[in-house]
Amino acid sequence: MKIWKALLVAAAVSTALVANVANAADKKIALVVKALGIGFFEAANKGAQEAAKEIGGVEVIYTGPTTTTAEGQIEVINSLIAQKVDAIAVSANDTDALVPALKKAMDRGIKVISWDSGVAPEGRQLHLNPSSSALIGNMCVKMAADNLPEGKGDVAILSATATSTNQNVWIEEMKTVLPNYPGVNIVTTVYGDDLADKSYRETQGLIQSHPDLKAIIAPTSVGIVAAAQAVADAGKIGQINVTGLGLPSEMAGHVKSGASKSFAIWNPIDLGYSATMLANDLINGAEAKPGAELSMGRMGKLKLGDNNEGAMADPFVYDASNVEEFAKIF
Amino acid sequence: MNMLLKNREALLVVAILALLTLITLRFPGFIQPANLGRVYNDTSILIILALGQMAVILTRCIDLSMAANLALCGMVAGLINVALPGLPIPLVIAAVVALGAVLGSINGLLVWKLNIPPIVVTLGTLTIFRGSIFLLTGGQWINAHQMSDVFKGLPRADFLGIPALSWFSIAIMAIVFVVMTRTTVGRAFYAVGGNPHAAIYTGIDVGRTRFLAYCLSGALAGLAGYLWVSRYAVAYVDIALGFELDIIAACVIGGISIAGGIGSVPGAVLGALFLGVIKNALPVINISPFAQMAISGTVIIIAVAVNARAERRKGRVILKKAEAH
Repeated sequence: MKIWKALLVAAAVSTALVANVANAADKKIALVVKALGIGFFEAANKGAQEAAKEIGGVEVIYTGPTTTTAEGQIEVINSLIAQKVDAIAVSANDTDALVPALKKAMDRGIKVISWDSGVAPEGRQLHLNPSSSALIGNMCVKMAADNLPEGKGDVAILSATATSTNQNVWIEEMKTVLPNYPGVNIVTTVYGDDLADKSYRETQGLIQSHPDLKAIIAPTSVGIVAAAQAVADAGKIGQINVTGLGLPSEMAGHVKSGASKSFAIWNPIDLGYSATMLANDLINGAEAKPGAELSMGRMGKLKLGDNNEGAMADPFVYDASNVEEFAKIF
Repeated sequence: MNMLLKNREALLVVAILALLTLITLRFPGFIQPANLGRVYNDTSILIILALGQMAVILTRCIDLSMAANLALCGMVAGLINVALPGLPIPLVIAAVVALGAVLGSINGLLVWKLNIPPIVVTLGTLTIFRGSIFLLTGGQWINAHQMSDVFKGLPRADFLGIPALSWFSIAIMAIVFVVMTRTTVGRAFYAVGGNPHAAIYTGIDVGRTRFLAYCLSGALAGLAGYLWVSRYAVAYVDIALGFELDIIAACVIGGISIAGGIGSVPGAVLGALFLGVIKNALPVINISPFAQMAISGTVIIIAVAVNARAERRKGRVILKKAEAH
């Protein structure tokens, strides 16, 4: 009986000790995405898990609302504050709406960074841009220009919603680099609201109202797929090239059909990886200030500019030669 | 009352023609037959869904879960195609229509057996259906290259110069028209919505009739699910997000009374076409995206206002007759 009791006590104590050790070692980093169920963010989560494994003793909590609303993200952030995570890395649905919730998190000592889609400077310690907006804008126009017959023609832009922070900045950048591409004549910008049916309809509208259209730039993953399908259905493959930002797995079929010659995206795996690495740097006491250099593991260093923002890397171009291979990854 | 309905449909035809004239002033190409055919084809899915919604609204219920049902059935159609690329498409369609009907019957049973208000039931199943898609796929998309060519090709297949997608809506229109006007269950939809108490006295089971209306709307949502996914060649959690509002708007514009009992197949079809014309015209007439939303909303409110006035006039007439007795 005595032995039995002693054994039990020993077991209880050792379990408690092991549990304590695990709790103390595990740093919790929350990766908050725009909405669950989007391939891009699922891939970012892969990268975050990779970073967690590399750092060791880090648990990545992958979470987000079910639809892309700021309200949903605020709820998620509030529950993360209640769970006492160590850091929050968020891709925001709204630049300003998340600021109060994130300020509350920082007041509680939680490190806050934004990545992909940014939060206003007062709501985070640093922002990780996947690439610089200037590079993205330039790449979009370059991909359109490279495939224009005789190097010139009409180009239209199919965006997400008229209020999307990301898309609007990229479109601005596209317009600033236009003088470098004299052949590209941007005729209009239309908005597909990131809905397949509306984007499809807007593309049909573009084809009708601009008979000489040679390329469509869609810097949105829903829009580029819908535009490619609409171009294929209208029998315009070879006449209109659809390019922009998309995911290899979603675009593989349209590259094969010829509706899209090339498109670009940064590597979301790298992005999730870098965001997690940066969050870990801050937990370990690194300071985020303009001019500071933070480590992103295998991705090198992030140099912070004004507003504590930094760019990870150049966007990567996918075409018939490599899309199949990347389609298997994300 | 029949006169009123006829007038209303005539009014809608006039409104659509006026709309087309206005659009043509800004973009002459819109009126070309080929383009009008394209607009009809684009509206086909909305027509099919509006006809299902009409049956439900006639019985004084509402089905907010149609778009989510569509998304779930569309995703299942895609998954079946990925798993068994060789399976003949008619079998895939039969499977999703059956699935849609089962999902609709869940709404119907909850309304019938548990007496929960329809708006609450379908609001609940809306989220459940959307959530189920996420559970089924873990958020993965089904993309164009994963679907077989036959699967994607059917809605686009040409038959007598018209795409199969349009034929689907024409067939559904004919079937629903016959059901609504020539069968006991179709007449029961009207009776249940027009006066539930009187319907009981004539031996109609109100709950069962509502159940059947939900099965019909579910089955049509299932069919629309396949058509949607194959047409846009992509399936993901958020397809047709918010589309339930377009469906209800089409019904309301088409003169189907939210209070039940009033409405016709031509009305629902015209209502859907009215919305379809607007949706297809806005991109080509170069209006700011903010104005587009405002325009759609204004049109719906005007339609409801006209509808409400029509119903009020009917009330006055009855009162006068009562006084005369």
